Amino acid sequence: MELDPLLLSRIQFAFVVSFHAIFPVFTIGLATYIAVLESLHYRTGHPDYLRLSIFWTRVFALVFGMGVVSGIVMSFQFGTNWSTFSYQAANFIGPVLSYEVVTAFFLEATFLGVLLFGRNKVPPGVHLFAACMVAIGTFISSFWILAANSWMQTPAGVELVDGTVKITSWGEAIFNASLPYRFAHMGLASFITGGFVVAGVSAWYLLRNRHRSTAMTALKMSLPMLAVITPLQLLVGDLHGLNTLENQPVKVAAMEGHWETQQGAPLILFAIPDSSAEENHLEVAIPYLGSLILTHSLDGEVLGLKSVPAEDRPPVGIVFWSFRVMVGLGMIFIGVSLLGAMQLLRGRLEHSPRLLRVISWMIPLPFMAVLAGWFVTEVGRQPWIIHGLMRTSEGITPSLSGWMVLATLIGYITVYTIVFAAGLTYLRRVILAGPEPGPGEHENRSAHAKRPWSAVGGTSDERPAQERS
Amino acid sequence: MFDLTLIWIVIIGISVFMYVLMDGFDLGVGILFPFAPDDSARDDLMNSVAPVWDGNETWLVLGGTGLLAAFPMIYGVFLPALYIGVFLLLAGLIFRGIAFEFRFKSGSNRHWWDRSFSIGSTVAAFAQGAVVGAYIQGFEVEGFSYVGGAFDWLTPFTVMTGIGVVAGYALLGATWAILKTQGETRDWAYRIAPTLLAVVMGFFLLVSIWTPLASEHVRARWFDQVSLLWAFPALTVAMAAWTLHKLRQRSDAAPFIGSMILFALFYFGLLASMWPYAVPPEHTFWDAASDPGSQLFLLLGMLFLLPIILGYTAWSYWVFRGKVRPGEGYGH
Repeated sequence: MELDPLLLSRIQFAFVVSFHAIFPVFTIGLATYIAVLESLHYRTGHPDYLRLSIFWTRVFALVFGMGVVSGIVMSFQFGTNWSTFSYQAANFIGPVLSYEVVTAFFLEATFLGVLLFGRNKVPPGVHLFAACMVAIGTFISSFWILAANSWMQTPAGVELVDGTVKITSWGEAIFNASLPYRFAHMGLASFITGGFVVAGVSAWYLLRNRHRSTAMTALKMSLPMLAVITPLQLLVGDLHGLNTLENQPVKVAAMEGHWETQQGAPLILFAIPDSSAEENHLEVAIPYLGSLILTHSLDGEVLGLKSVPAEDRPPVGIVFWSFRVMVGLGMIFIGVSLLGAMQLLRGRLEHSPRLLRVISWMIPLPFMAVLAGWFVTEVGRQPWIIHGLMRTSEGITPSLSGWMVLATLIGYITVYTIVFAAGLTYLRRVILAGPEPGPGEHENRSAHAKRPWSAVGGTSDERPAQERS
Repeated sequence: MFDLTLIWIVIIGISVFMYVLMDGFDLGVGILFPFAPDDSARDDLMNSVAPVWDGNETWLVLGGTGLLAAFPMIYGVFLPALYIGVFLLLAGLIFRGIAFEFRFKSGSNRHWWDRSFSIGSTVAAFAQGAVVGAYIQGFEVEGFSYVGGAFDWLTPFTVMTGIGVVAGYALLGATWAILKTQGETRDWAYRIAPTLLAVVMGFFLLVSIWTPLASEHVRARWFDQVSLLWAFPALTVAMAAWTLHKLRQRSDAAPFIGSMILFALFYFGLLASMWPYAVPPEHTFWDAASDPGSQLFLLLGMLFLLPIILGYTAWSYWVFRGKVRPGEGYGH
């Protein structure tokens, strides 16, 4: 069988990016949360904030470690598998990624060392400063990454000279048309992810009647924030969609499942898009709503996939369904966070086991929403690596053979599976151990040693408690 | 009029050198890990690099993205040519990177993370040495792309440079351990350092003989006219003797400084051999350069940001100065 290096490279890139993406989206939100906790502790001296900060820093260190190692892979992937793209786009991509390293990576890496190991070596104010630098670093990093990615979606400020990108305006290239929307959308996604993980873990503690005081503190911080931010995300997502309609109408046609260009387009709720027949099967749709959402007018014209030749269309099924997963999860987030915040304000959350359970189930969902959104935007860009300028097939490394890509793909899958499995095991261990119990919150070790986990875990279950200084 | 490309050669040269020195000693600690006398020595070794390894490794990422920005041809030829080697390097760095966190959170599985740390470090160091060897060896290039095979880089010469770098990093790691630890761990580091120094000097001799034989260009550089260049090997031998002397005196800091200077001499000796070729045997740094506008755009930021980075990096080393104390470190 002939192995296709292009297809395999795309699978490999999708795999390593997807694996990497879930870590920063969590650590950006969590780094901000830790910086807020450290500030509150610095100002009020309340021990709950310190306990929460120490606990979430422990989680952060594990997740950040996995993010860093998979991020190093990313910076070399461009060269190994997409060397033609790298070479031809280097005049833009190179400086942007380098700016990410010198403005963000060094900041995060250096101050993370102080945040993790320096609590007793530097004054409290300096330790707080380190926490803030780590948080700021994560944001600067996402800015540059999204500048590079947005430019590949909506290129600007460049001209092609002999197939190579030359910059005509750095301002236009970096602050390209889709950057503000993408940056806002991802920033909110990070807060939503961090918020739901913090809320979910805290709800889980309440359900088990552990760490009541710290868990309630965390819920009081996370749920009201989520109740504000999740509806805001819907608004930003809508604006992002309008921007995409303007710049990448074919992507929107794939997201919506529209084949024909039409006025008064329906909103398709369910369908099975069929690329070869160029139509949808089993379509369930609400008339006119598509045009209303996209053009804010009942009979606005919406471009269809057939407006471009078949070879210029993205794979419709993946984009169509990923989009529905993302939006569906977003609606769930809005519902759960509004309900949670309302019950919290009425003082009833603590006594609503069912709602607490639902909140604890939310933990994996933001990650799925982020991945789904990522698929929409990246698969929707196909067949272009730089929208309208360079096709993905033109960007690949010429010396690659199919088996080289396959061998390393299997290698990455193996390595990442080990990393992920071990990482989840240790995260579980840290979360089961929980924050330091406060006064009057005696953690009954004998009681929860009855659970099978502790019996098997043995000494390791005790470790995190002993490690604390 | 100043030559932007020349400035960029200096910046990338310094970034790569910073990486080699700083990740060199923490990779070296990983390479020596299995030979440490006991578990508490391993804890000390790990704790001595835990707060700084992440910052050290960032210099590698800067080297990579800096190449893409300033010398895209180097980036676009080296990475495809070393495809399999790059995978090994990255896999090595992944396994050693996660070991820092995972090791202290594991119970009975700790020995797996010890292995992950040591094998990962060794593989990464070997891959880096092989990259150096492949650079000396040269690449098969058409236009701006690599066109050779997947294993062209793997030759007896690159295997030799790979093992040489493993030995060199181990020396850096051992002298770092002397600086940062005490008691039995330091005694052990004092015992192994002279042997490692001898091995490194053996590789230095081997490379010095083999490289001129393998590359006509290098031979011409060194033997066509006797020049100031010969100060490099003379200084190297003198530096090695001084380091050995300081090891015998059981000096704490001098051996690490001596090893770093040795590395500087190796590094700049190599650059002098290869100058001005970025992608041997044909393309110079000026052929490999990106658009001057792009070089300038990044340079303006770098001139401002690099001193800040060096400043807070130095500060973080200052925060974690002095000997590692048993039981201290993984308190987070």
